[in-house]
Amino acid sequence: MPLVNSGKIVDDRFVKLAVDTPLPEGGDILLPAERFLGEADGLLDRPGKVGVIWPNNRDIAELVPYLGRIAAVALVFPTFRDGRAYSQARLLRERYNYRGELRATGQVLRDQFVFMLRAGFDAFEVKKQADAEAFMQTAKRYSVFYQPTGDGRITALHRRMQLRHSEGVGT
Amino acid sequence: MYAYDEIDRTLVNERVSEFRDQVKRRLSGELTEDEFKILRLQNGVYLQLHAYMFRVAIPYGTLATNQLRALAHVARKYDRGYGHFTTRQNIQFNWIKLAELPDALEDLAKVGIHAMQTSGNNMRNVTSDQWAGVAPGEIEDPRIWSELIRQHTTLHPEFSFLPRKFKIAITASDHDRAAIKIHDIGLRLIKNEKGETGFEVLVGGGLGRTPFIAKTIKHFVHGRDILSYIEAILRVYNQYGRRDNIYKARIKILVHELGIEKFSREVEDEWQHIRNSSLQIDDEVIEDIRSRFTYPAYEKLPHMPDELRQAAADPDFEAWRKNSVAPHKVQGYSIVTISLKPVGGPPGDATAEQMDALADLADKYSFGEIRVGHEQNLALPHVAKRDLPALWKALDKLGLATPNVNLITDIIACPGLDYCSLANARSIPIAQELTRRFANHELANLIGRLHINISGCINACGHHHVGHIGILGVEKNGEEVYQITIGGRADENAALGTLIGPGVKFDEVADVVEDVVEAYLALRERPEELFMDTVKRLGVEPFKERVYATR
Repeated sequence: MPLVNSGKIVDDRFVKLAVDTPLPEGGDILLPAERFLGEADGLLDRPGKVGVIWPNNRDIAELVPYLGRIAAVALVFPTFRDGRAYSQARLLRERYNYRGELRATGQVLRDQFVFMLRAGFDAFEVKKQADAEAFMQTAKRYSVFYQPTGDGRITALHRRMQLRHSEGVGT
Repeated sequence: MYAYDEIDRTLVNERVSEFRDQVKRRLSGELTEDEFKILRLQNGVYLQLHAYMFRVAIPYGTLATNQLRALAHVARKYDRGYGHFTTRQNIQFNWIKLAELPDALEDLAKVGIHAMQTSGNNMRNVTSDQWAGVAPGEIEDPRIWSELIRQHTTLHPEFSFLPRKFKIAITASDHDRAAIKIHDIGLRLIKNEKGETGFEVLVGGGLGRTPFIAKTIKHFVHGRDILSYIEAILRVYNQYGRRDNIYKARIKILVHELGIEKFSREVEDEWQHIRNSSLQIDDEVIEDIRSRFTYPAYEKLPHMPDELRQAAADPDFEAWRKNSVAPHKVQGYSIVTISLKPVGGPPGDATAEQMDALADLADKYSFGEIRVGHEQNLALPHVAKRDLPALWKALDKLGLATPNVNLITDIIACPGLDYCSLANARSIPIAQELTRRFANHELANLIGRLHINISGCINACGHHHVGHIGILGVEKNGEEVYQITIGGRADENAALGTLIGPGVKFDEVADVVEDVVEAYLALRERPEELFMDTVKRLGVEPFKERVYATR
């Protein structure tokens, strides 16, 4: 499954560990939430980056004490019609000021890219190769946004105000 | 009328091109039907019994004449020459071809019409009072706020994949014509003691297999906070609404399971985090939206023009005027409701020819504006009283002057088994038979205000729970069986109807309704006591006794 990060298809530096896979000595690892919370202190001291795979039915606030020390959070879309992780993503970015990698996993299709980018995701495990290759093109599909989110894109309401003010100059 | 600006137009065009790509990927097999299903639903495309069905949004029920003509064009070019107006200010086309859908959307986009979020588990078309802006006594035009919310809910990055569909309705009048109490969020526009505009917010209403009347979650939310408050409700719902069972996924179930107190505390907590954010709306933003609504330049006209006085001698005109013409906030003008419920016809259907002709009449007599109401009728919102006789003649020629608005033959019905893949029973033929039984205008008038609502399955698209008489078709041992309720209503005193007895067969439904009506005529205290008031006073028992005594 191709990984898109910052708009490009890249190699995944993280190795995903199951609940019982032995811990490798070095290298970057992604762990299920339960294991991460259970072994957090030991994990964070080892060499290599640590990320966590957070299920979409667990309160994201539980992760807050660790946010400064983890490199990646992977949120889950079990099917693409299950949109809980959009709320988790916005909370991480906008309320808890998380700045590390925020990865979308599960059933990720090109049709969600714009929503995901707006919610704060910057990494995508894309289900289909063709969708991963179409990432840049799809991400630019929309130029108008009605809602303010943490991605800072200017909203339609704001743009109108700017237009009004610039038209108002000198009148 | 709200006029799209370049920003709105750009977004709709971008959406059309995205959908074109999605259809292309489906036709090439790149997308599976399962994947495509969610995407097409986001654009109002259902797969029905015989063909794809295409549902187009008419936000808050306001249409310009060029928009109505574009709908007629779609009916003619891509469908079978007619469209069906629904109970949520949408229009449906029943015979559309998948490969032609992007072109139909593009044709509609040219006049500022879209089909975004008219189905699927997202925030649906924002609906409002079809008399908005013209009803006497209205607090202010609710369409300004409806448009603000329409924009905010369109392609929302967080709430486009909710547990289930989500419907918002807004009213600004004491008499609720928008049925806000049967919506996921109902907004009643009010003023606080300082004269500031805000909303009473209701939540958790809805019909379907577990009907609930919405409860008040907050008595006053200031206008500037309405987006953040809605966002807080949605965020709680998106995270905690049930996703394990489609029948328990609506917000009404979450509100019911948590209780309104706990639910409102959750919302309040969330709201405190986000209310002082960029979601706050300043007056300038509201004024900007208001400035893009145009209002007619009304003339100063007499209350009772000569034309109206002369026409009063014609009993047919008078019957229509008394039934279909309502007071306007400006002297000398009227609101005219156009019944889409002819005797023997399917409720809510209009042909392409009728739509075109109506657009011409609206240009001539209603400042180019048409409204769509949840009762599946249309309205011309600004008709000068002196023009009423001429308008009536023209409508009559088009078969659009049936004087049955709010009467027993003004039936609300879903498409039922004739079109819908979810239905268990037919709705339209029941409605058609009832309009024949009560075709006599004198009789219908004698009965007075009485709403019949028919749904062909438990999903309740015909709002049977809130019909004064509700008819629900179900399937029992391979047969269509209909359950009859009475005493429901969808207005400011919204209530769910009560079952009057065992289900009856298809060909007995009209007889039972006749018996219910006869019982009412015998039981009412005086002619002014409306059906729903008699039911309220006496309960269902006396009706039950009379209807089932001989069965």
